Amino acid sequence: MAGLTPLTRAWRPAVLGLAGLYFLVPLAASVVFTVDVPGRGLTFDAYTRIIGTEGFLTSLLLSLGLAAATIAVVLLLLVPAAVALRLGAPRLRPVVEAVCSLPLVVPPIAFVAGIGTVLKWGPEHLSRTPLFQTFVALQNPDFPVVLVLAYAVMALPFAHRALDAGLRAVDVRTLVEAARSCGAGPVRALVTAVLPNLRGALMNAAFLTLALVLGEYTVAQLLGFRPFAVWIVNVSGSQAQMSVAVSVLSLLVTWVLLLALAGAGGRTPGARRARTAKGTP
Amino acid sequence: MTASATVAVAAGQAPARRRRRRSPAPLAAVPLLVFTAIAFGVPAAAMLDGALTTGDPATGATAYGTGNLTASLQGAYRTALLGSVELSATAAGLAALLGLPLAQAVVSSRSRALREAVLTASSVLANFGGVPLAFAFVATLGNSGVLTRRLGLAEHGWSLYSFWGLVLVYLYFLVPLMVLTIAPALDGLRTQWREAARNNGATTLQYWLHVALPVLAPSLLGGLVLLFGSAFAAYATAAAMVGSTVPLVTLQISDALSGNVLVGQENVALALSLDMVVVAGLVMAVHLPLQRRSSRWLD
Repeated sequence: MAGLTPLTRAWRPAVLGLAGLYFLVPLAASVVFTVDVPGRGLTFDAYTRIIGTEGFLTSLLLSLGLAAATIAVVLLLLVPAAVALRLGAPRLRPVVEAVCSLPLVVPPIAFVAGIGTVLKWGPEHLSRTPLFQTFVALQNPDFPVVLVLAYAVMALPFAHRALDAGLRAVDVRTLVEAARSCGAGPVRALVTAVLPNLRGALMNAAFLTLALVLGEYTVAQLLGFRPFAVWIVNVSGSQAQMSVAVSVLSLLVTWVLLLALAGAGGRTPGARRARTAKGTP
Repeated sequence: MTASATVAVAAGQAPARRRRRRSPAPLAAVPLLVFTAIAFGVPAAAMLDGALTTGDPATGATAYGTGNLTASLQGAYRTALLGSVELSATAAGLAALLGLPLAQAVVSSRSRALREAVLTASSVLANFGGVPLAFAFVATLGNSGVLTRRLGLAEHGWSLYSFWGLVLVYLYFLVPLMVLTIAPALDGLRTQWREAARNNGATTLQYWLHVALPVLAPSLLGGLVLLFGSAFAAYATAAAMVGSTVPLVTLQISDALSGNVLVGQENVALALSLDMVVVAGLVMAVHLPLQRRSSRWLD
């Protein structure tokens, strides 16, 4: 042991240091890039102009709206199913797990190719049927519902994993049976007994979905909509500094949100119990 | 799906063990299954249908056939597919090599704050790089990037918009993904095994070669495959960064879909998408059993 000590002590800081360098330098350099413009010296123009730039607020609000709708859809679909699977129906469990992993097998670009094909059916085959109005509504550029559907599918694997991890730490059956013995209906048992215990997992699923929607580019760009990420790329041609500034800000905001979430998750009693339970062999 | 749900409900009403089984459990999963059938199943079916439909532009007649699939494996499309495979394999291999020591450094560290911070940061970087990541690298190492200008990298032949440039950028989300995948497995390595190996006179190297790596092998391989799949599917980063200077299948699909190069290539784009699904399916078919196998050591 003694002979190894210098080497064993040195490798960890070295690895962590190199990794820190690789992961922090692009962020730091981006900040430098935005404030140190060649020929103009130190300037914070790139940041102060963001709000006033055409399209920034509309695209950000569109992304936030899409995120809220997607989170609602994902949680409303997943929570009852995940809780129900814990309570019974073991035969459905592999089905739900497979369904929630399927989006991993279809890359976003392939998925959007399929969606594009379906959307073209509207004008091509269905223009004289009532369904046509549905297709038009799906693609309303002010609030493209089709993106909510696509994002909900894409968020399923992440959200399912987060919820499943949370549910594993909670004895759902006992909670529900206790609530039912006290006279609560199934919905009330779910809302008042199970959900409060899942707060951490629900937040986790919601934030992962939020981050996914805010950063999503592939589907929106190929379907011709203009949420936040697409706007960043569009604006980069004319305003390189600002597109980088917005990128850095969005990375940092997502990061801080998720770090805060990890901190909050660590403090909830459910999470602590889970950790101690796992710690004992 | 609905049929099996009805069966389960009917079974639940059997008199024996009524209390247990009477929960509305199967019904609660129905909305999820219906939603995925529509929002995911219909586009997937449309993709399959389009990929297998060959149209004759002159007559407008269409027929089922493998024409698009054959076309998607030839010429520029073939180059793009191979380019994607090469890029993903290189980046995934490197990320696995670099991610393992990083994960071990984090897992074996006594500081919980460091561990939480690195794992959270990893989950952000692994999944949500995309456009911001591309721009951060353009600002750093692009043609007028901060480091490129300060260090005069351009004179040394550096270009971010090349194969190795993309590898460097991809590592930014692949290394964290590797850390996330392998950290639980590293956590599962018991101190006792190391002590036992040492008591039997093994050196650190021997311990890693004969004990730790064999135990980790399924997770490592599973992680590698997952990284490959993730790199293979990446589009936003490459699109925002290189345009189409590096041939990649995702860029080909988007070009063909938006009619940038040739008009009427939509069905070939769908065939290319199908190729991608096949690759991603293979990736998952390898990854999931390995994941299950490695999780045996975790509990």
